[in-house]
Amino acid sequence: MRDTLIGLVVVIIAVSLAFVASDYRLFQLTTVAIYAIAILGLALVTGYNGQISLGHGAFYAVGAYVTAILTSMYDVPYWATLPVSAVVCAAIGFLVGLPALRLGGLYLALTTFALAVATPQLLKHKALEHWTGGVQGIVVDKPDAPFGLPINADQWVYLFSIAVAAVLFALAGNLVRGRIGRAMRAVRDNALAAEATGIDVALFKTRTFAVSALVTGIAGSLSAIVVGFVSPDSFTVFLSITLFTGLVVGGAATIAGPIFGAMFITFLPNLAEQVSKAAPGVIYGVLLIAFMFLLPAGVAGGLNRLHRRRPAPQP
Amino acid sequence: MDGFLHQLLAGIASGGIYASVALALVMIFQATHHVNFAQGEMAMFSTYIALVLIQAGVPYWVAFAITVAVSFVMGAVIQRVLLTPLAGSPVLASVGVFIGLLLIFNSAAGWLFGYTLKQFPTPFDGPPVMGGFVTPHDLGAFVVTLVVLTAVWAFFRFTTLGLAMRAAAYNPSSSRLMGIRVGAMLALGWGLAASIGAIAGMMVAPVVFLDPNMMSGVLLYAFAGALLGGIANPLGAVVGGFAIGIIENLAGAYLVGNELKLTLALVIIVAVLMVKPAGIFGRTIVSRV
Amino acid sequence: MPHLLEVVGLHARYGDVRVLHGIDFHVEQGGLTALLGANGAGKTTTLRALSGMIRTEGSITLAGSKLDGLRPEEVARQGVAHVPDGRGTILELSVDENLQLGAYTRTKAEAAADRERVFDYFPKLRQRNKQQAGTLSGGEQQMLAIGRALMLRPRLLLLDEPSFGLAPLIIREIFDIMRRIRDQDGVSILLVEQNASLALDLADQACLLETGRIVASGPASDIAQDESVRRSYLGY
Repeated sequence: MRDTLIGLVVVIIAVSLAFVASDYRLFQLTTVAIYAIAILGLALVTGYNGQISLGHGAFYAVGAYVTAILTSMYDVPYWATLPVSAVVCAAIGFLVGLPALRLGGLYLALTTFALAVATPQLLKHKALEHWTGGVQGIVVDKPDAPFGLPINADQWVYLFSIAVAAVLFALAGNLVRGRIGRAMRAVRDNALAAEATGIDVALFKTRTFAVSALVTGIAGSLSAIVVGFVSPDSFTVFLSITLFTGLVVGGAATIAGPIFGAMFITFLPNLAEQVSKAAPGVIYGVLLIAFMFLLPAGVAGGLNRLHRRRPAPQP
Repeated sequence: MDGFLHQLLAGIASGGIYASVALALVMIFQATHHVNFAQGEMAMFSTYIALVLIQAGVPYWVAFAITVAVSFVMGAVIQRVLLTPLAGSPVLASVGVFIGLLLIFNSAAGWLFGYTLKQFPTPFDGPPVMGGFVTPHDLGAFVVTLVVLTAVWAFFRFTTLGLAMRAAAYNPSSSRLMGIRVGAMLALGWGLAASIGAIAGMMVAPVVFLDPNMMSGVLLYAFAGALLGGIANPLGAVVGGFAIGIIENLAGAYLVGNELKLTLALVIIVAVLMVKPAGIFGRTIVSRV
Repeated sequence: MPHLLEVVGLHARYGDVRVLHGIDFHVEQGGLTALLGANGAGKTTTLRALSGMIRTEGSITLAGSKLDGLRPEEVARQGVAHVPDGRGTILELSVDENLQLGAYTRTKAEAAADRERVFDYFPKLRQRNKQQAGTLSGGEQQMLAIGRALMLRPRLLLLDEPSFGLAPLIIREIFDIMRRIRDQDGVSILLVEQNASLALDLADQACLLETGRIVASGPASDIAQDESVRRSYLGY
């Protein structure tokens, strides 16, 4: 109940920001919303289910390209591309999840890392050029507000993203708080024991992977709409690493964590790049290591701990 | 046929480099069951150090030696300071640290040395040799990596210290009972791996030019090679590395085109992990209860 | 005879769980002390405590020098060879390599001489010298484990249930060899055993451990003849 209230307050604040923020800030806030969704996907599979993915940037890329191709080549309305993206990414996620079954944490990390490194090259390949536009990429038109609402395209896109985020976060929150969430954590903490309680661990892990790919894919779709452009070099291995960093800093096994993580990876580069182009990377790296040592549960986890320190009410 | 021979020989030359990095990866994996995702970036950073020395006027082989030594220390220090405390932690913690190191080395290189491609000198100059199929650098790099690999093999096979390092990797607690300082062995292993990586970087840079992202492709091929040959098997990793070099070059020329070589590596990784995760030479240790 | 190993007030714990509650015992120079007790009494823990594998409080001295607080590598370098439960051989390496490692802290010449002695004790090991340790039978692995420990030329040998899982004939062989190691080579031995009668037959001193406390100790013959001790704790 408390969490729902907090969620509602956050959404209300977010919506009102649409009308006060400058153009640039609005763009940043939209980015936060999108990254939050992307990291939420990663949180589901890595934080709650214990499968380490260093390649979620690939699903983000797929989502972005699906939207870009459908809108530019087939005139599909932008909002209709989201479900298609979801399905495509879920399917790919399921397939990626399959070999992941036999592999322990490290091997999966390695495979997804390889996926992330190979993605830009794949996107540039001649055979796919007809659809992907090769190195040039694809331009995506920004949609105007529907129903003649008195807001500009940037505001509309922002509100749309907030709406999608709110829905996905609410669904995810329900998922992890319920029976499935418990099963996810059971599989993460002790797969053998989970198997013994009747959970088909293999199927479960693949499904979780599929769902997480779906969510991050939707984020990718939104990014294509917001940025207005997709190209292979926007989706390098560093995107996957950035999402991973956001996950760790924000808090890997919480629902609020992805929001903190998204804020971190959106705003930090702006500050840090004033020092040098390379500074964000160094800071990410140092923080990743520091968080592993000091605050493995991320910011959200740390807040949780603080909150729990309040003494329990006397009976 | 000419083209084929050329691709084959070039594949063997790059295979030597992948084999070296694969060996470094396997050495660390054997000892700690960690995959060092930062191996490529460390090697790249070492190569920049070499470039700085050379541009400052230091003769090539002296710079080479200094770089190898500095890399050794760098690897040992990282192991002692960052990784020993993480010994019992969950996989996510160590993956986080390795990715963090990857970022730091990559970004620091960009920060300190810039992102423009730089030329890196080779000590092996001159016209193509061996009937015009192979450049002197390819041949030289191949010889260097062969020397390094042989030296490492001999070290582990014939010296007591090498034996102690192997023991510490297989069974740290039993090794301690024999008086082996396991912590020191791990630091040594990391130092060696870092040195090997540095040499690989210095051999690859003249061909692909030096920039902070130089080693990411090499790292991927090395992963594929290590897995193909056997992630817990140094000899397998080396053979796997050479195999990947040849496969990658031939497939790139005749099958999938140069643009899909990384994807091919990914496919090989997935295929190996699905069919035979222990790799071609993966040994199952026989132990009777 | 002076005591080689003197243990006073030894406490040990795994995390928050206390397992040893202040035990005292000793091993005489050139003698064999048997540490007996049921499963879970803390016998293996005692050996782990001595070789520095777990946290301890209390005093452990070897010929007057302090052993408590040292790391296992350092304890080994003091001349304490621990053959742990599970034997501690490195299965991936050969018999020869295991023996070589046993002598890691010593010179090549010393090691060569000791290898001959080990082969004298255990001729089967000479036969299987190049074989991978993981392919040896249980009895042979136990012999290798002891042989490996002897390569340290230890002052004190800690043995954790050498008879575990072995056929009676092999057990007999190993106990005979332990007798020879003590008598001929003057190695002091602390033997943890569930097989009480065999152990008491061989031992000079014996201690009985129950849930982390010593409930009886003294010359082995006394313990062996004490009916109430035998019935309550040793089951015969």
